[in-house]
Amino acid sequence: MTGKKVNVHQVTRVEGHGNIILNAQNGNIKELRWEVTESPRLFEAMLRGRSYQDAAFIASRICGICSIAHTTASIQATEAAFGIQPSEQTLLLRKLLYNAEMLESHVLHVLFLAAPDFLEVDSVFPLVETHRDVVLMALRLKKLAYNLAELLAGRKTHPISCIVGGFAKLPDLGELKAIRNRIEGALADFEAIVGLAKTFNIPDFARETEYICLKHPEEYAFILGDICSSDAGITPVSEYLSVTNEFCVPHSTAKYTKNKRDSYMVGALARFNNNYEQLLPRAKQTAEELGLKAPCHNPFMITVAQLVECFHVAEHSLSLIAQIVARGLEEEDNPVKVRAGRGVGAVEAPRGVLFHDYTYDKRGILTEANCIIPTNQNHNNIQKDFEALVPQILDKPQDEIRHTLEMVVRAYDPCISCSAHSLKVNFK
Amino acid sequence: MKPKVAFFDFTSCEGCQLDVLNVEAELLDLLAAVDIVNFREVKTEREENYDIAFIEGSISRESEIPRLQKIRNQAKVVVALGACACIGGVNCLKNSLLMAEALRIVYQDDARYYDTMPARPIDAVVPVDYYVRGCPISTEEFLKVTKSLLLGKKPEIPNYPVCVECKMAGNVCVFERGMFCLGPVIRAGCNAICITSGRYCWGCRGLVDDPNVDSEKDILKKYGLTVDQVTERFKIFNAYQEVAK
Repeated sequence: MTGKKVNVHQVTRVEGHGNIILNAQNGNIKELRWEVTESPRLFEAMLRGRSYQDAAFIASRICGICSIAHTTASIQATEAAFGIQPSEQTLLLRKLLYNAEMLESHVLHVLFLAAPDFLEVDSVFPLVETHRDVVLMALRLKKLAYNLAELLAGRKTHPISCIVGGFAKLPDLGELKAIRNRIEGALADFEAIVGLAKTFNIPDFARETEYICLKHPEEYAFILGDICSSDAGITPVSEYLSVTNEFCVPHSTAKYTKNKRDSYMVGALARFNNNYEQLLPRAKQTAEELGLKAPCHNPFMITVAQLVECFHVAEHSLSLIAQIVARGLEEEDNPVKVRAGRGVGAVEAPRGVLFHDYTYDKRGILTEANCIIPTNQNHNNIQKDFEALVPQILDKPQDEIRHTLEMVVRAYDPCISCSAHSLKVNFK
Repeated sequence: MKPKVAFFDFTSCEGCQLDVLNVEAELLDLLAAVDIVNFREVKTEREENYDIAFIEGSISRESEIPRLQKIRNQAKVVVALGACACIGGVNCLKNSLLMAEALRIVYQDDARYYDTMPARPIDAVVPVDYYVRGCPISTEEFLKVTKSLLLGKKPEIPNYPVCVECKMAGNVCVFERGMFCLGPVIRAGCNAICITSGRYCWGCRGLVDDPNVDSEKDILKKYGLTVDQVTERFKIFNAYQEVAK
């Protein structure tokens, strides 16, 4: 056998910068690494000294794709630190806003970033010619998600109205009713995407790992709940450090994590595996149609799990709008009482569980911040997938190996620019 | 021949590039007018031959400087995309910390693995032809600037403060609501979206060319606010300019 060398500098169609290194001689793997090379951005250092009023606004800038996730985790951390319990109205609006981001991010990943792999083109742009209807559908769905977020928070990328204690501005009920019809229409678009997804040639590979996500007794958890591990059960969010166990590796600007095994997985497939029973009916039906069964150990199926979640999000959003319309919206007086203390906020970002951990002084100024980002938690699992997968495909042509490894990375929908500043901080 | 367009990102959240994908209907028109040859976030194949470079992100480590210079040498037109590229943006908040200290805060004993330097906008390193401001950019302004540059014209970007658009939007003044706002000195073009959405201006589009600092001071005095309070908020997006002043 001859040598195989794969060196992908800056994997494309992912958010952020990462490299793949493989060097094999005569069937022996000499080097095999997933490297994260994103510039360190030092957000935790930058949050220090900032007022609680600006914290979420700054934290949002960690990531352009999941800015609502960062904003929500940040607000929840601050509320936990101050002992604020958001009102029922606030929670309904927050969940709906959250769904907008989940929808937009999943559509972006499934159709713009992952689908080109399965349809054997290099990007979404050639699909404008060959699959124009799909591209138009993706744009339509993205627009719907953007409009929903605009209605609730002023905009989708770096939302404005959602603040500690509630919303600085309430949406117009008439507009909310109007967008309901478009969400119903989206379900038909998702059906068409399911048709397309059935033609995807998904690599046959499985490696069981530990699956970690939030879990809530009453609903498929996105913004509320405790930490749930497929190996170890429930841990309260405030004890997240006992689950994430971060460590540095020399070839990566992102920290790595592990819990019960060498690595663990977060994201849509982890949620699907741990919380399958709480998915709404159309989502379960779609999973069955696409051959996705819990527990599933194939990381390439993350994309399918995201599509399943799109149905859940659409159905859930319809139900949330119905509840909001039924109860009406009223201006609430939510005074924020500042106090010294520490609080942890946890949400399921589209690509997995996200923690913000803040410590405030008595003036409401941040003295310490720690953010643990989902992609960070997946880096180590990507590495372990590489180690399990490469021996199985080492006899394939070099280009095919390279492409398969890129597909593994893309399947996780990594958000690398996030992960390179998802780092532990001690302000002393 | 359609002009070849490339997108590049440096230190940023990549949200501005994502918003480019959100221009929806116009995206298809745009694709009819240009060839996108390099867009790592959504495209695998890359070409080193391009006419127009859109650049997101600020420059925050040594290794980014030669990469940016190479892009400048190749491109006929360079467009700074978003607050990080135009004015340095939030990345510059770390500049007031010593770099070694910031790294130690985040990575503790492992800080030696990492390379960072004070963040700066791209025009601190190479000349820039056009600016699409904001955090994030407004897609309308992105389209306006792009159309102008394709026609070889200078785009009309407001050089008046956010207050003008805020008044037109019919908002009650933030100062009257008991908070403070950077609107009086920050460049408009955002339709005062943050104030319309119930909050205040953070200054993401940078200063107008000739800010009326005296009038801002008068307003602060009238409402019993200090320059320090305003400076702290101003630094969130404009820490680079704050140091340069």
